[in-house]
Amino acid sequence: MYRSLFSRDLFADLDRLQREMQSAFDFSPSIRGLGRGGYPALNVGTTPTAVEVFAFAPGMDPSTIEVNLDRGVLTIAGERKDALPASDEKTTLHINERLSGRFRRVVSLPDDIDPNGVSANYREGVLHVSVKRRESAQPRRITVQ
Amino acid sequence: MNTVSQVKENTPATRQEPALLPPVDVIEDTTGITLYADLPGVPKDRLSLRVEGDQLTLEGEMALPLPQGMEASHAEVTLSRYRRTFTLSKELDAEKVNAELSHGVLRVRIPKAEHAQPRKISVQVT
Repeated sequence: MYRSLFSRDLFADLDRLQREMQSAFDFSPSIRGLGRGGYPALNVGTTPTAVEVFAFAPGMDPSTIEVNLDRGVLTIAGERKDALPASDEKTTLHINERLSGRFRRVVSLPDDIDPNGVSANYREGVLHVSVKRRESAQPRRITVQ
Repeated sequence: MNTVSQVKENTPATRQEPALLPPVDVIEDTTGITLYADLPGVPKDRLSLRVEGDQLTLEGEMALPLPQGMEASHAEVTLSRYRRTFTLSKELDAEKVNAELSHGVLRVRIPKAEHAQPRKISVQVT
């Protein structure tokens, strides 16, 4: 009993500390925020040709993950089934930190994305959504005549 | 003998490297303990699970398909390594641990030693 409480608190503390460290470095929050600390955790990166979103949602059946892109807003939603057996006298749950249930996260993407160039794949519990940027928005070298 | 001393030499270095603490579920039933750990992004070949004495350590490193020249614009997962250590109790049979990894979820089964499993003792009437 004591040990399970202790490890959960320690985990929460580390998580909070990590989040505070991150927010200190975040200079450009979006108007929709980014629901920090939500599930799944998100990493977003950009290349000159695409916006890459990584959602850390392990243990999912890929066909049940809903990925929607509507007017520049990317929504990732799904439901994670509880892996725990029905509790009875013979089983004891010592630590329960993993999320189960429905989740949903929303990311607003830059203006220059191409809604037709979206691909998503799920590997090792990470959903990777790649959204192409419009060609007109990509940096070009202009020849001086 | 050689391998043992190597493990000991390597341990302090790996301990110092910062790592994420993966969330886990631990369930005990009459025959053993089942542990589930969320390790998204870790492929099977970058996962290590080891028992040293009564310590069970799981460690994994992510291998994300990062496109070349990508700049992170928002990051909630800032480390690429997971590590967590558990102390096993005596009645658990560390020799018979089995583990499987599926979609970023590690499932570890640690059975209890035969002598620690509950038995029904029949009462003889004389």
